[in-house]
Amino acid sequence: MGVGSFFVGKLDEALGWARKYSIFQYPFVTACCGMEYMATACSHYDVDRFGAGLPRFSPRQADVLFVVGTISHKMAPVLKRVYDQMCEPKWVVAFGVCTCTGGFYDNYATVQGIDTIIPVDVYIPGCPPRPESVIDGLMKLQDKIAAGAQRY
Amino acid sequence: MDGQAILARLAAQLGPAVRETLAYRGDHTAVLALEGLLPALRLLRDDPDLRFDLLVDITAVDYLKYPGREDGPRFDVVYHLYSTTHNHRLRLRVPVEEDDAQVPTATGLWPIADWLEREVWDMFGIRFEGHPNLKRLLLYEEFEGHPLRKDYPINRRQPLIGPRV
Repeated sequence: MGVGSFFVGKLDEALGWARKYSIFQYPFVTACCGMEYMATACSHYDVDRFGAGLPRFSPRQADVLFVVGTISHKMAPVLKRVYDQMCEPKWVVAFGVCTCTGGFYDNYATVQGIDTIIPVDVYIPGCPPRPESVIDGLMKLQDKIAAGAQRY
Repeated sequence: MDGQAILARLAAQLGPAVRETLAYRGDHTAVLALEGLLPALRLLRDDPDLRFDLLVDITAVDYLKYPGREDGPRFDVVYHLYSTTHNHRLRLRVPVEEDDAQVPTATGLWPIADWLEREVWDMFGIRFEGHPNLKRLLLYEEFEGHPLRKDYPINRRQPLIGPRV
């Protein structure tokens, strides 16, 4: 390993560390999971401890797409478009069992897991997931970001 | 007025267009012939003793293969009415045949019937004659068929994007 690759490696680590603590989320909130998302964001659980306290309501300013709640087939093209508008590097969190698999909505209206439409980095199951699970998922995402696991 | 008196008034005014009246645990229902629907709705809305000023819901029931109704009209269109003046309620049911499933619109009486009838069209494929804008309310234009009909295949999926499973 040369001196150059040593510095590039250290730079990647520094970038990963910086990105991990400056998560700007885009909350794509469509259903009841939004309540649990809000509980996680508020002072009792305080998602700001993880540097993820400021949601951005424009996909162009966001790093992480939080898909919170059931996605219907009518909504699927909108979700895809929001994902496409985000700048890279970007990550996606599937929040709640409906976004993970469709949940119990195995019917004509509901997308059976958002990973059929867009790539997903972290799945947080639960109906809805407790804030502790959300924070656990967020920390797993941070590990992934710090390790430089990102899709270009 | 109590439910029985409302049903009696309706039967007296409309005669044979009221096919049947039912009462179950305080809920009163009139089964109407198709041609009696609009006169009944107008009477219920405008009569000062009845004054059903709120159309709560329009929905439908698909009786395909329902025990005892295999040969009868396939659909029932159901109207729920409420009077904010007198605090009483009534349900109307109108049997509709499968071929040319069509009911006169109630948009001229209650503007909210616009969206309620669009939902019934969307889910059951029952058309409302005279409706100003009869297109799907909940599903997308590309969707084929009407998902709450009993003969809609339970596992048929019609995604706009993504795999068709």
